[in-house]
Amino acid sequence: MSIVVWLVIVAAIAGIIIASLGGGETGLLFKAREQHGWLATAIFNPTSAGQKIFVMILAILLFVVIMGVILWAIDRPKVPLGVLVAGFLGPVVIALSGGLLWSGISTIIKSFQTFNSSGQSTGWAGFDNYTRIFTAANQNMLINTVLWIFLVPILATAFGLVYATLVDRTRFEAAAKALIFLPTAISMVAASVIWRYVYYQPSPSGKEQVGLLNALVELVGGTPQNWTTKFPLGTLALIVVMIWIQAGFAMTVLSAAIKAVPDDIIEAAKIDGATGMRLFWSVTIPTIRPTLVVVLTTVAIASLKTFDIVNVMGGNLPVNNIVANAFYNASSVQQPGWAGAYAVIIFIVVTPVIIFNVRQMKKSEAIR
Amino acid sequence: MTTTTPPMLVEPEGKVSARKLKAQLRAQEAKTKLSSPWASGLAIIIAILWTLPTFGLLVNSLRTTPGPTTSGWWKFWSNGIGFTFENYTNAWTGNGAQPLSDFILNSIIITLPAVFIPITLALLAAYAFAWIDFKGKNILFIAVFVMQVVPIQVALIPLNTVYVKLGLNTSFWSIWLSHTIFGLPLAIFLLHNFMKEIPGSLIEAARVDGAGHVRIFFQVLMPLLVPAIASFGIFQFLWVWNDLLVALTFSSQNTSPITKGIQQLTTQFGQQGNILPAAAVLAMLVPLAVFLSLQRFFVRGLLAGSVKG
Repeated sequence: MSIVVWLVIVAAIAGIIIASLGGGETGLLFKAREQHGWLATAIFNPTSAGQKIFVMILAILLFVVIMGVILWAIDRPKVPLGVLVAGFLGPVVIALSGGLLWSGISTIIKSFQTFNSSGQSTGWAGFDNYTRIFTAANQNMLINTVLWIFLVPILATAFGLVYATLVDRTRFEAAAKALIFLPTAISMVAASVIWRYVYYQPSPSGKEQVGLLNALVELVGGTPQNWTTKFPLGTLALIVVMIWIQAGFAMTVLSAAIKAVPDDIIEAAKIDGATGMRLFWSVTIPTIRPTLVVVLTTVAIASLKTFDIVNVMGGNLPVNNIVANAFYNASSVQQPGWAGAYAVIIFIVVTPVIIFNVRQMKKSEAIR
Repeated sequence: MTTTTPPMLVEPEGKVSARKLKAQLRAQEAKTKLSSPWASGLAIIIAILWTLPTFGLLVNSLRTTPGPTTSGWWKFWSNGIGFTFENYTNAWTGNGAQPLSDFILNSIIITLPAVFIPITLALLAAYAFAWIDFKGKNILFIAVFVMQVVPIQVALIPLNTVYVKLGLNTSFWSIWLSHTIFGLPLAIFLLHNFMKEIPGSLIEAARVDGAGHVRIFFQVLMPLLVPAIASFGIFQFLWVWNDLLVALTFSSQNTSPITKGIQQLTTQFGQQGNILPAAAVLAMLVPLAVFLSLQRFFVRGLLAGSVKG
């Protein structure tokens, strides 16, 4: 029997189990949650540290037991290939087809519907949710989104490349790289707090500046201002934060690529008389081009999906809005139709990148 | 992280030493070339620019009240504002608001299963894709690969309705499940790349000895994969610990992680101005500690799928 059939059988069984567990107010889990004992509280509404740690250990044990049973069941000499593959791949197929594939399709359907205030569908809306997005009122948001997907990858990659080249094979290379790479480990919320003290609003006249940037502006004789409340200044200020986070990633990957440039190519170029900048532009850059493309697309996808910085730092002002943040705002005010349309737009922008990457993958598979 | 390449292969002994020799020669050359003062100067300026904002936060977190909001942090040595750890104790114990220790505990409770479960599932799937031959393998693998780029925004609202239906909403279960689902595609892809690099002869030898796929997976492959698992583990750890979107969508006050705690503090900047920087520093401590101690693995994980070796 074909593997796909086995996987479908596994998914169907899982669906029946999940339906019997859930199934609205009468489901097993629902009944368990209604209980008021210590166990029910610990599992569904833990409040104390003890209950939280208990439910965490329970979750891990439950997972280990289920996986143990599955692996034990398929670990026999004469098990059909389909069952074997279903054992290894079944949980993943269920998680991805239910969690990403099905929910993606359902979001696309929702984006063509209208909803009442309690979140019930009230019929089809055609492209209304989409045309609503592409109006003059949202002009700033669309421009901001374009700025985010182009400026962040280009500038972060450029910074990473320049820095990787500057510190390459110097004595302080490891420490210098760690400094730039550190922001990658910091959450965007924490980064927003960090940059708050750079962009802090201007103080009233006569008082000293609290924000670093305004203090510097005053030092050189300029007028201090609100960096994050105007268009497009606010967006540019937030983009700087994202570049600050992403440059470390770009630098690390590009640095490895630079080190992998074959020595004989460099030597040949040197014999031909290329030095310094010439060498960099006509030998290093063309050689690491595949890596550059990968870094650019990865950072572009990351910035398209980023919502934390705009949400926390941008003060949710319309001048700083981007599609990912508009999605969050729409979903938090219970507008599934609008939120769906925003999510689909993110998906559409990302699609060419998917196609491009699948092609790249096939190419490198072929080389192998 | 988007092309399959085998960069981490262990090379034959002789080749390594020849390469090393060349690298040393080049390093000597590079020293004369790159110690040009403007290049080092530029590198130092960038490094300072990159570190300065974080340094400012650290200084602000240590200043006595109402330090952070009345003068710039770079004035810390001049106008008589002292240093104190009081902001940290206030942030940790909450000082009237919800204590930060609560949020950090929640972050830990969320992170451990959300790292362990997807990695285990991804290892099994990656093994099947790499070493079991079956029809439709390539199509299935490409389907998983494509899932990587699906924005998680697309999945949030439908998932939430499922959690409500199951009665799992506002509990830790919904957060664990979501992080597992969102982490899987990239995990499978990266771990598959590592697995492919293990020589097929090893697996053949085990098969000749009569080992089945489950035995091969645990006894032959797992020990070889420890570095790969560690590198992706750090990856997933940082992503889960630093996440805000999933936390805002699925967590209740009782299950909020530290990122949501900080986000709540920023919206009440007036009263909480003193503890905000300390809270942000506390939120950074765990990921920075993990990151710094395991940096080598992490960088390897980043490079696994992206650089031609």
